[in-house]
Amino acid sequence: MQRLVAICRLDDIDREGGVTALVDGEVVAVFRTYADDVFALDNFDPFGQASVLSRGIVGTRGDRDVVASPLHKQVFDLRTGLCLDDESVRVAVHPVVVRDGVVHVEAATASAP
Amino acid sequence: MSPHLRKRLVVVGHGMVGHRFVQAAVERGLSETYDIVVLGAESRAAYDRVALTSFFEVGADALSLLPSGDYEDPRVTLRLGTNVAELDVASRTVSLDDGETIGYDELVLATGSAPFVPPVPGHDLEGAFVYRTIEDLEAIRDAAARASTGVVIGGGLLGLEAANALRQLGLDTHVVEMNPRLMSAQVDEAGGRILGRHVEKLGLTIHTGVATERIEGEEHVTGITFAGGETVPLDVVVFSAGVRPRDQLARQAGLAVAERGGVAVDDQLRTSDPHVWAIGECAAHQGRMYGLVAPGYTMAEIAVDALLEGAGTFTGADMSTKLKLLGVDVASFGDAHGTTEGSIDLVFSDAVAGVYKKLVISDDGRHLLGGVLVGDASAYGTLRAMVSSRIELPKNPEELILPASSGAPGVTLPAEAVVCSCNTVTKDDIEGAVEGGCESAACVTTCTTAGSTCGSCKPQVKKIVEDYFASQGKVVDRSLCEHFAMTRAELFDVVLVHGYRTFDEIVEAHGRGRGCDVCRPVVASVLASQLNGHVLAPDRRVLQDTNDAFLANIQRNGTYSVVPRIPGGEITPEKLIVIGEVARDFGLYTKITGGQRIDLFGARTEQLPAIWKRLVDAGFESGHAYGKALRTVKSCVGSSWCRFGVQDSVAMAIALELRYRGLRSPHKLKGGVSGCARECAEARGKDFGVIATEKGWNLYVGGNGGAVPAHAQLLAGDLDDNELVRMIDRFLMYYIRTADRLQRTSTWIDSLEGGLDRVREVVVDDALGLGTELEEAMARHVDTYVDEWKATIEDPEKLRRFVSFVNAPDTPDPNISFGSTRDQIVPEASTGPVSLGPVSLGTSIPVGRP
Repeated sequence: MQRLVAICRLDDIDREGGVTALVDGEVVAVFRTYADDVFALDNFDPFGQASVLSRGIVGTRGDRDVVASPLHKQVFDLRTGLCLDDESVRVAVHPVVVRDGVVHVEAATASAP
Repeated sequence: MSPHLRKRLVVVGHGMVGHRFVQAAVERGLSETYDIVVLGAESRAAYDRVALTSFFEVGADALSLLPSGDYEDPRVTLRLGTNVAELDVASRTVSLDDGETIGYDELVLATGSAPFVPPVPGHDLEGAFVYRTIEDLEAIRDAAARASTGVVIGGGLLGLEAANALRQLGLDTHVVEMNPRLMSAQVDEAGGRILGRHVEKLGLTIHTGVATERIEGEEHVTGITFAGGETVPLDVVVFSAGVRPRDQLARQAGLAVAERGGVAVDDQLRTSDPHVWAIGECAAHQGRMYGLVAPGYTMAEIAVDALLEGAGTFTGADMSTKLKLLGVDVASFGDAHGTTEGSIDLVFSDAVAGVYKKLVISDDGRHLLGGVLVGDASAYGTLRAMVSSRIELPKNPEELILPASSGAPGVTLPAEAVVCSCNTVTKDDIEGAVEGGCESAACVTTCTTAGSTCGSCKPQVKKIVEDYFASQGKVVDRSLCEHFAMTRAELFDVVLVHGYRTFDEIVEAHGRGRGCDVCRPVVASVLASQLNGHVLAPDRRVLQDTNDAFLANIQRNGTYSVVPRIPGGEITPEKLIVIGEVARDFGLYTKITGGQRIDLFGARTEQLPAIWKRLVDAGFESGHAYGKALRTVKSCVGSSWCRFGVQDSVAMAIALELRYRGLRSPHKLKGGVSGCARECAEARGKDFGVIATEKGWNLYVGGNGGAVPAHAQLLAGDLDDNELVRMIDRFLMYYIRTADRLQRTSTWIDSLEGGLDRVREVVVDDALGLGTELEEAMARHVDTYVDEWKATIEDPEKLRRFVSFVNAPDTPDPNISFGSTRDQIVPEASTGPVSLGPVSLGTSIPVGRP
């Protein structure tokens, strides 16, 4: 089963900024792009081994929306979670729905221990 | 080795070469087996005699090669003001003036040379000087204050230096040269004529081919009479008629001396006594004395090597020179006078432009043997390398010296050509550095040391780098990133010219896409430098790196460290206690930094406002340890407490730190202020370093520690407080405007055409007329500074982001946990992402809350 968890209002996220959210016990980074698209990734940086991705700089590489890890600057595609500097690495993506100005992130069930 | 088995090495003379010998001896471990005793006759430790003329501008301290007055190695004893009266090689002792006798196992003579004063009548009157020591210059300066006309006897290199000094002291200056031309040792007749014309344009009067009959005067000099009977009235006369080796000790001791003076030495610099060595200007190798410092340094290194039983030998030295005399470029290299049998001269002369160039070519026309350049020495690097590498001349060798051919068209140096003769770096070494990743001449200089000593080959290095890239079909891409096809300096100008205030305006007009982790912080920094608004203003904060975004330094586990400003490192006990209490109450790891402040580690995002509330309430402000900004201005304790201090370094450091706090720049910036020449604040390891002198402050720029340490270089000397601040204002703003992203001041200076000289032109001489503008820009920064942490804790909108979770602001991130080492917290190694649950919560240690 999957369900949507309301995180915050869209206005609570800076355009081209990120916030950290707790989604069913999981730590998730939620980003808002310049075009007001909202994406969610696992907040855990697999390179730096720390919970930091929401605090990275949001920008673009080519026509992809990306975030750069604040620890060592590896860049992740916001849509796919793929690391563009090392394509063998990917962080999990969480589906997002923005409804009535409120950001909802889909929680994966049964993933918690 | 136990002390009584240690041997003693005595060095007589503490000039540049004696000092270099001691440095090399310590570096190469000679002091492991020898106690080194250095006996210097002058009251000062070694100083830069090559730059002696700059004494009037920068003062004595800046010239010192040993500012602390002593060697760090305790096995080296320096005794200044000590005259050696006698050398006895049989008993291996030297006797001092006062009768003291010092025994030696090995003796090094580095006594240098003494000015030659021709025995003309009146040479010993008051007002007659030589030009050799700082004391000589002080005496000349004092005499010049009461004089209007000065005459220099001797039109060689040093004579022209002395003439320049007299001219700078405001005297009507004459130069008298017995030879038919100036600088007869270096240039030929035609070159000397052009040089003479340049010098006369500066207002000097030249008398060549003239012998001095006598100096007129009763007690004090009043005039000079030439052999022809002509008399010129004067108030000051300076003898600069060459030097003579100071070889008296060796003569008295019965050592062999060369026919024309100088202690005779073999290829290892050993004299006729196996335990006595001679180096520098007092030595004569194959009968020849070298009056340049570079061969002296080489001798010093080889003598150390020989004492270590190495196999190095001295085989003579390249006497090529290039210098700027009275603003005129003069260079001579190889066989400048065409003494090689059958050699052919090739001359280009433009008397109107004041340019003279001569090439000396082998009789078969195939090789370059030497040459002379006056007025335009830009081809020096290529030509000297062509001589040393003996490559074949191009078909039309005259092209090498025709105007506007500094690049020496048609000449491709062979890979083994020595481009930098100071450090023996070949063209091959330079191309290797470029292949290895260097993208600029400045980087090549750092990697290979080519151009790092005298700098005369820098244009050559640059050309080799450019040629290499051209041959590879590569253009050096200086774009900031994929979003901006310009450098940071260009971006800075674009923003300044258009008056942009937001990233959106800038990227829409001059970039593409929405930026990245490279260009967004650069734009934030440029806007901060120009507008100085809050870094967390709504349209700015998403441009900032996480450190600036949270006004703290991110650490490996995603927590932050906090550094309150402690200006100049001075702090009251009360404030120190507050820092301790805050650290204790929030459970922070505490460490003292190298910048004389205190770093508190392990703060979670959501704790930062509460920590800063406590600190701000106690009177602290942001230390900007997180920013590409001014960090600290380190100081020694200065004249208020230290018995050696000559200026109040603490007060100056505090004033500078408060002036430049919050200043955003291309890279972090550090300063230092030392209260005396002992330099306890390590100011020369800083981007701007200030060292007190008896008369004020010397300003050094371009120092840093880190992976590629750099020693700051003197920008200006003996400044008063206001001048000092004005120079630093200009220097920092010039740097902020023109440096590349993440370029420290040292590499920025190296990257400028002209290097430090260029910085001096712009900052000190105001050659671009930018001085006032730069000062005003700094004044705006100072006037609009606010503490960004205080402003943050007073603004709920800015505080909104200092939470662990947007939907659970007070719940700590379960991924952060700490262990304990030496009674303080340390980050625990992560084993992967942690979900929040009752179990994982328990893994974090409780952290106190206020």
